[in-house]
Amino acid sequence: MANLFKIAIRNLMRYKRRTILTASLVAIGIIFVLVFSAAAGSFKNLIVGQITDSMLGHIQIHRKGYVASIENLPLTMNMKPQAVAKIEKMLEGMPEVEAYSPRIKLGGMFSNFTETTNIRLNGVDPEKEIKTVPLLMSRIKEGERAIKKGVIMIPELLSRGMNVKVDDMVVVIATNKDGSVNGKQLKVGGILESATGPGGRDGYVHIEDAMEILRMDEKEISEIAVRLKDFGALHNVYGKLENMLSGEQNKQGKPTFEVHTWEGLSPFFNIAQMIDIMTLFIKIMLVAIVLISVMNVMIMAVYERIREIGTISAIGTLPSKILSMFVVEGLLLGVFGAIIGNAVGLAVVFALRLAHINYNFSRQTFILSPSVQISDLLIVSVIVIIVAVLGSLQPALKASKMEPIKALRHV
Amino acid sequence: MELIKAENVGKDYTAGEVTIRALDEVSFEIEPASFVSFVGPSGSGKTTLLNLIGCLDKPTKGKLTVADTDITGLDRKQSASFRGEHIGFIFQDFNLIPVLTVYENIEYPLLMVQNVPVKERRKRVAAVIEAVGMTNQKDKYPDQISGGQKQRVAVARALVTNPKLVLADEPTANLDHKTAYLVLELMKRMRDEFKTTFIFSTHDQKIVGEAEIIYTLEDGQLAGREMKGGTNG
Repeated sequence: MANLFKIAIRNLMRYKRRTILTASLVAIGIIFVLVFSAAAGSFKNLIVGQITDSMLGHIQIHRKGYVASIENLPLTMNMKPQAVAKIEKMLEGMPEVEAYSPRIKLGGMFSNFTETTNIRLNGVDPEKEIKTVPLLMSRIKEGERAIKKGVIMIPELLSRGMNVKVDDMVVVIATNKDGSVNGKQLKVGGILESATGPGGRDGYVHIEDAMEILRMDEKEISEIAVRLKDFGALHNVYGKLENMLSGEQNKQGKPTFEVHTWEGLSPFFNIAQMIDIMTLFIKIMLVAIVLISVMNVMIMAVYERIREIGTISAIGTLPSKILSMFVVEGLLLGVFGAIIGNAVGLAVVFALRLAHINYNFSRQTFILSPSVQISDLLIVSVIVIIVAVLGSLQPALKASKMEPIKALRHV
Repeated sequence: MELIKAENVGKDYTAGEVTIRALDEVSFEIEPASFVSFVGPSGSGKTTLLNLIGCLDKPTKGKLTVADTDITGLDRKQSASFRGEHIGFIFQDFNLIPVLTVYENIEYPLLMVQNVPVKERRKRVAAVIEAVGMTNQKDKYPDQISGGQKQRVAVARALVTNPKLVLADEPTANLDHKTAYLVLELMKRMRDEFKTTFIFSTHDQKIVGEAEIIYTLEDGQLAGREMKGGTNG
């Protein structure tokens, strides 16, 4: 086998310029894929991070059917304290869970005493909420960065539209699950910058204020947002939670709870998917570049060496060995290209990271911080090497099937 | 026991709708350790016959036995194995592999065809490289040596596997007369040393005289057999 590699390297070095050119093409393809994947991945991570860390959390648990009616924020579908306690106990026993936050969600009327509009409110336990969505506080652009009892954090949209400022008094009116209406005067504690995604009309109050507005005797929770220690374990933990909660059934034998990852709750998941699809297309382009380059070079190599193929075939080299000789050449072209491409690609990604390039989207500033996972390098390298081998296969097959007598006659 | 036995061997080539008879009912026998030449004008069938004996082509009719094997029935892979085991080739254009040194060219059949262990390989390469007088040039590449030296390397490459038969198609065509005689002398010496049968084709009348048995081909038919020291057939 070592001899096949020795002969292949010498044959590649025989046409140095052509080999360098082909390996460079392969390398350029890899650099492009790595840099694009890293940059696109950076944007994707920023978007996903923004959504999950400032609003949704990684996973949410609701009573079965709640998400289907989430636009109405149905109070009748809240979870009872016993059920919540059961889920909380479960979550506390899971080492993958970093924090969780029970929320009471309600829709109501918001009045500044001269005008009234609708608002969606999240009643939260501030300590738990901040641990679960740590970027929430950074969204407070005016006022104190705390959700205290008796205060309301209102969305920027409402503040502007209703001309309400920090420390102004407002009234929130809501209908409880029995149908009776209740109101509570609250002080505006802060103005919330709108998050990326849904939540443009979402405000925050203390969970006890929410209970008071809704005249709840006991905490009936609309959703429990969960934050994981490792975002990469999202689907594993989701599966685990779903398994654990599927055992909880109502009297009709149907599941009591439903579990969703952020992907099932935010339309931004589609954007994340589009980024993945774009990356896939770039990878397909890389495959095409490698395939065409290697195939072209190997076809030329076979054509130029027909008499040599005839000679080695005449002296008894088996067709399989002739095939291997050319496949190894293609393989080496892929390996050379992959080594150069990975090295330069990593250097470019590292340089981009050091450059701290900023992008301003609306009021949010994204700092481009591309990174490459070892798995990405391995996947791209393996793809390139496999495609290089495939690209050399057809010319190699042609060489191995050549009749020695015809090959020897070739001029 | 003969090394080669040809019985009514014929070979037709088809070009479009025209069939060309390259060999017609050729029969002969060649003993081991012979030094044989096939002579005749261009198109007489010399190369075709050598290709058939060398398992590079198949006869259209007749039976051809080499080293006790009916080679007419071998498939591609079997033919390659048979060539690798029993036959050495010397080509008119030397056909050395340009990316390999003199030593590596000679070593190639042992390494890539016969998978001979490294110790044995070194011993055999050293023996033939010494025998053809190329030891001092062993690290040079083919483009760094002369035509005569290239053919000596080709002779060494053909002999390194200890074949029963070496086929040489116009081995001296690209050499000057002095070098051509030296190469033939080398081939004869190798025959004496390794007891290998040498068959070569040529149309050079001055070279023909070096053979011990001369077969003459004309229009694809065997026209005569001459042994050194008298005519026979």
